Amino acid sequence: MLRSALTRLPHPLSPAQAMATRLQPVRHNQVELDRPLPLDSGAVLARPTIAYECYGPLNEARDNVILICHALTMDQYVASTHPVTGKPGWWSKVVRPGGVIDTDRYHVVCANVIGSCLGSSGPASIDPATGVPFAMTFPVVTIGDMARAQAMLLDQLGIARLHAVIGGSMGGMQALTWAAHYPDRVDRALIIASAARHSAQNIAFHEVGRQAIMADPDWQGGDYYASGRVPVKGLSVARMAAHITYLSEAGLTEKFGRQLQDREAKTFGFDADFQVESYLRHQGISFVDRFDANSYLYITRAMDYFDLADPHGGRLADAFRQSPVRFGLVSFDSDWLYPTSESRRIVQALHAAGAQASFVELSSPFGHDAFLLDSPEMWRLMAGFIEAGR
Amino acid sequence: MSAPGLRPDLALIAAQVPAGARVLDIGCGDGTLMAALRDAKATDVRGLEIDPANVAAAMERGLAVVQGDADRDLADYPDDAFDIAILSQTLQTSRRPDRVVDELLRIAPRAFVSFPNFAHWRVRLALLWGGRMPVTRLLPVAWYETPNIHHVTVSDFRDLVAAKNIAVEGAWYLNGDKPTSDAAASWRAEHAIFLIARG
Repeated sequence: MLRSALTRLPHPLSPAQAMATRLQPVRHNQVELDRPLPLDSGAVLARPTIAYECYGPLNEARDNVILICHALTMDQYVASTHPVTGKPGWWSKVVRPGGVIDTDRYHVVCANVIGSCLGSSGPASIDPATGVPFAMTFPVVTIGDMARAQAMLLDQLGIARLHAVIGGSMGGMQALTWAAHYPDRVDRALIIASAARHSAQNIAFHEVGRQAIMADPDWQGGDYYASGRVPVKGLSVARMAAHITYLSEAGLTEKFGRQLQDREAKTFGFDADFQVESYLRHQGISFVDRFDANSYLYITRAMDYFDLADPHGGRLADAFRQSPVRFGLVSFDSDWLYPTSESRRIVQALHAAGAQASFVELSSPFGHDAFLLDSPEMWRLMAGFIEAGR
Repeated sequence: MSAPGLRPDLALIAAQVPAGARVLDIGCGDGTLMAALRDAKATDVRGLEIDPANVAAAMERGLAVVQGDADRDLADYPDDAFDIAILSQTLQTSRRPDRVVDELLRIAPRAFVSFPNFAHWRVRLALLWGGRMPVTRLLPVAWYETPNIHHVTVSDFRDLVAAKNIAVEGAWYLNGDKPTSDAAASWRAEHAIFLIARG
């Protein structure tokens, strides 16, 4: 219906681009924004492309829309098969007919963030001015820019208001940003395992990842798309380091302990003797097949720049003054990437701002990743939060 | 009473809360009182609860409940953020009940405080004759696992608010679900509910 009225770009990846990265050339649902996208840096993207997926019927009143915001390395395939990996959507147990986010009743939209590489404009996209990929000439984007691009997409889809905006991790940052920047468009915001700013430790881990990518000779200053070589090693190492931050010591110990990988004894060498090494190497190398190294640089930068209190002289509460939005926050006790203290800081600010907030710290051994895993406790309270007063 | 199925002290509080008030329910449990206030009185009611399972249950009911600890997290609320604060059956579990009372009346001009009366005759008998910490209907847990770390009596609480120059605008005493008179409260009340206000 609505979507058919929009400009659909048949083949987003040009042959040159497809050849240039290890990313498979795949078709995404996309629109070209009908207006320029102004960025927080002052730069402007003339006609950026936004790739998105939607699920479930949009009702007559158009008041049953839930926007889901994805995390750093996730994408718009929240409830449908990933076109590259063939894996089910990353939240397909949550977003489904009759599910916690019930696609029989809600119209769910999830857009690939600006700067990413799954169909929305990013460093791997062709710069219309030059005919070659932007690479490092792509402007630096922010979490605010991601939300702005989503808002413009929704404008174009004819969706004025959201019943809910929901996200975990970086998705939670976007959900918070939505509530702060577009309070009149959001009824409720659910922020899971997230924070209102990137801490020094968060920035530090991201910097390790970026330096790994940029230290790889195949990165070539970011201009690797036409060379046939991509910074496989750098991006793998970045992913390996980051992946550790998504887990917990208890989780790693339970899953791997000191067990050896397919061998009886240590080899006295530097092969992947331990299961945990083998696991991390696999995580690193498989990531390269589905993610662009430059996108990883840009999105981690966007997260590092994130601090909702920054425009308010450090007073986070001022970001939410008189907010009519209902806020729900969930943290996990073993998440040391975005620990409970960061969620509490948001709750304190919401109290100070007089906003309506719910918050709970759930117990899980799985660290930051817990929000993506089976968590019936989280699912129940999500459902309650989404349905409340409806 | 306004809502069937409410614990007697909660039903009594619910009946006293004016419609449309901004209310903070501290130690709100799974949100039973909050839900009753929301549904019957259209109050803007928020909750604070220490137990995550209870918070999750309240969130499932669509209530705005924050997981936290009365001793530590009341400081996060601004002055006069609410019309009424409710502290039901939580005073005796706090580390510094006196400071919690101060916080209640900073956050709101009025507060309901309910607690089990440790001077009830069964408690007195258990101590006097048994020589042991009492286990009663309202204090059902042995001394080593009870969350009640500051047992308080009706007289103790009266003394505390007098010393703090806090006004008592109402007091209700319950023996089971039956009211008990002021004069007999010290001996006969299992539960006491005070409505206190800034002096």
